[in-house]
Amino acid sequence: MPEKEVIIIGGGAAGLAAAVACQQKGIEDILIIERGNYLGGILNQCIHDGFGLEKFRTSLTGPEYAQRYIDQVMDKKIPFLLNSMVLNLTPQKEVMVVSRNGLQRYQAKVVILAMGCRERTRGAIGIPGTRPSGIFTAGVAQELINLKDYMVGEKIVILGSGDIGLIMARRLTLEGAEVITVAEKLPYSSGLPRNINQCLYDFDIPLLLSHTVVDIEGNGRLSGVTIAQLGKRGGIIPGSKRKIICDTLLLSVGLIPENELSREAGIVLDPITGGPQADERGQTSVSGIFACGNVLQVHDIVDNVSLEAEYIVEGVVEYLKGKLTKEREIKVELGNGLRYVVPQKLVSIKDTIFSFRVNRPGRKKTLIFEEDQRIIKKKYFLRVNPAEMLRVKLSSSELEEIKTLKVRLV
Amino acid sequence: MKPKNNHFDMVIIGGGVVGCAIARELSKYKVNVAVLEKEDDVGWGISCRNSGVVHAGFNYKPGTLRAQLCVEGNRSFAKLCQEIDVPCKKIGKVVVAQKKEEIEGLKKLKSQGEKNKVEGLQIINSTELKRLEPNVKGIAALYSPETAITSPYLLTIALAENALANGVSFFLNTEVKSIAKLKNSDFRINTNQGKFTSSYVINSAGLYSDKVAHMVEKNEYRIYPCRGEYHVLDKNVSWLINHLVYPVPQAGAGGLGVHLTPTIDGNILIGPSDEYIKRKDNLSITSSVMKMLSAEAREFSPLISPGYIIRSYSGLRAKQVPSSEGGYWDFIIEKSDKINNFINLIGIESPGLTAAQPIAKRVVEIINKKERLDYNSSFNPFRKGILRFEEQDEESKNTLIKQEPEYGEIVCRCEKITKKEILEAINNPLGARSLISIKYRTRAMMGRCQGGYCQTRIMEILRESFKLSPKEINLKGNNSYLLTGYRSKKENKSCQKKKSLSLEEELLV
Repeated sequence: MPEKEVIIIGGGAAGLAAAVACQQKGIEDILIIERGNYLGGILNQCIHDGFGLEKFRTSLTGPEYAQRYIDQVMDKKIPFLLNSMVLNLTPQKEVMVVSRNGLQRYQAKVVILAMGCRERTRGAIGIPGTRPSGIFTAGVAQELINLKDYMVGEKIVILGSGDIGLIMARRLTLEGAEVITVAEKLPYSSGLPRNINQCLYDFDIPLLLSHTVVDIEGNGRLSGVTIAQLGKRGGIIPGSKRKIICDTLLLSVGLIPENELSREAGIVLDPITGGPQADERGQTSVSGIFACGNVLQVHDIVDNVSLEAEYIVEGVVEYLKGKLTKEREIKVELGNGLRYVVPQKLVSIKDTIFSFRVNRPGRKKTLIFEEDQRIIKKKYFLRVNPAEMLRVKLSSSELEEIKTLKVRLV
Repeated sequence: MKPKNNHFDMVIIGGGVVGCAIARELSKYKVNVAVLEKEDDVGWGISCRNSGVVHAGFNYKPGTLRAQLCVEGNRSFAKLCQEIDVPCKKIGKVVVAQKKEEIEGLKKLKSQGEKNKVEGLQIINSTELKRLEPNVKGIAALYSPETAITSPYLLTIALAENALANGVSFFLNTEVKSIAKLKNSDFRINTNQGKFTSSYVINSAGLYSDKVAHMVEKNEYRIYPCRGEYHVLDKNVSWLINHLVYPVPQAGAGGLGVHLTPTIDGNILIGPSDEYIKRKDNLSITSSVMKMLSAEAREFSPLISPGYIIRSYSGLRAKQVPSSEGGYWDFIIEKSDKINNFINLIGIESPGLTAAQPIAKRVVEIINKKERLDYNSSFNPFRKGILRFEEQDEESKNTLIKQEPEYGEIVCRCEKITKKEILEAINNPLGARSLISIKYRTRAMMGRCQGGYCQTRIMEILRESFKLSPKEINLKGNNSYLLTGYRSKKENKSCQKKKSLSLEEELLV
């Protein structure tokens, strides 16, 4: 069985950044396994700009952003497989790959999970009504339009204000379709404020907050949807139902980290993030298997995916040198106001980046790290928004002495 | 034998599981048979949307056709599945009593089953139930070892494909509009695809069997659609149950009660509800029933969470009994008294899937009483389905890929379906071209991502295989187009119109 130092599952934003970082740190024996027929993953269908502002200090499109990494992979001759799907991953880090050449097993010293995420579907959120054609998740519609050159519909309603849905509202409008409205179940948008402004308001597309789709009509193609306003407790406000004639419903109702392989490998998952429980180096509950990017937690900005991938590679290098030892185990406790925190546990003493999402939008909030009642660090935010991941770095000196760690938002 | 001028000895109206079973049964004889199906594929009416249960036969009143044909169907089911390569597993069923009052119901079912000659029925206590089903609550249960599960769509497709291979003609997208009796005593069947003539007509039109019967004579047949909604759970939680788990049936209910069904593919179904509705094409799912199903499932096991649901859908029962009366009436399988050579199958609801083959045999018996049909010595009872790559061992997988590299391309990630399987489904012998025809044949798009990854790929393969324009790719038959055209070629008329309008508006300003 061929042996590899590092196998990276997924050749998208996270996998590419991890591969380049591994190479830069002197790891030579790398293999990227990508199931599609090109590198770059979902970035290839994200033809809008706004990528790379943090990482490259310039606004790039998705394909341009991916190309910066693909160029480095090509330059440094980092090996990769295309059209190759990992069928199975074992806790012993045996990787089984299928392609047109047959089945191939590899033994890896380190596996980096970089499989990204998938979209939540109609089935998972249970929208009532018939099951006609013309219902797409926003990402599928994006793929059809941007990569396959098809149009998905003419009169469109979008449910959910996730970023891909907002981007698609603008995209479809530019292609001559009529986007009637974007309905969001929550009283606030789940997309980034910049996308609300640039994709909806600039095109006069109404955003209906606290609204959802309560019925779908049509037996062949979708012929209409009924939307209704939701009250404070989530119930339908009587008399608020409105029927909208349309031929297409796009769903932008959330992303789910793609962890089927992780589950088979026995990796412990966090029920809230949907990703593996990880320590400060991105190492999962299975030794030598690391995770980064959307498979670990859903990101809103690709730059952070790249940064996260680079950051966990530090741990990969230490692991390969045999220097990654478990010095302690501190569970990071989650207090009020926060939906999740990554990493979920600390096992060593090093500078650590914590990522958070808040429960609801707020102003003038302070994030507090504390040990029992002792405050370790405070960070003030003028605005917080569940759509935006917060990242805070704590230094090794701040984390050195602690026995417990709790974070909360006040 | 190629028929002349669309004339057949026998025309079967309706390509559901029963119509296809009749077609296969008739193909054992030297007769020209045609199946007319109004949809783009077989089985889309009732047959594909049920629990996929091969019933043992204890739920039905002794002496009825339902009881007799169900028991017969159950006993011959494994052999049928073996012949036509359809999965079938005898996993057994428990009917669970939650309250003391329900134990009497279990005893009644047991003695009814024994009268119907169902084998192995046993009342078990809560300890034994716990051993069979550790995650199910209950104080006692009726255990039926003979109950099995199958794939309702694969069964219908396999019956049709085997009939086709044995000479039956299938006409899809062919809806019967009217039927006339000609002077030479043949039937003329007018459809949206032209005329057919035949000596016999077999009405197995399911939900519309009343309408078809009324095309030739006035009678009292009437079919009421009774909808059943289901949830499908993720395969990750298939460990929750080992058997079919049913409640004790309530008197007068239109169904057997909301139950938990392990599917042949490893999902669990919750459902179905039973609700009489007005329209025979109303396959909506409703928020109140979806909530009810989740709640009833938790009555069996509190471990069942709505978070496990990957899809919800509904099917329809073709009921004869009006909602005011409730319960069941027996199957009607009989020749018309007034119109010669017209055979009606009315009210074939559950256990129609189990009983499909015995029902078909009964229809042939009716014909044979009069006609004495000759055996078709070249009848081949065997049919091969699409080989499932995922179910093969490692060595066979490698061999398969060597022979056909398309086995090495996984198209559907969740269910691990290969391009080769997709291509076989696309080139199915019946000529069904809809996306859901591929779904039913391969399981692609049935997994937890519901086609998020593979749908666009399958659409591409479908389009390339038949050189379709984007608008010709259908989800499920006519008018269910998935795309409105190419983005860059502005063939899309409304698009053009709108652009020119806005230009004019600008000029006016």
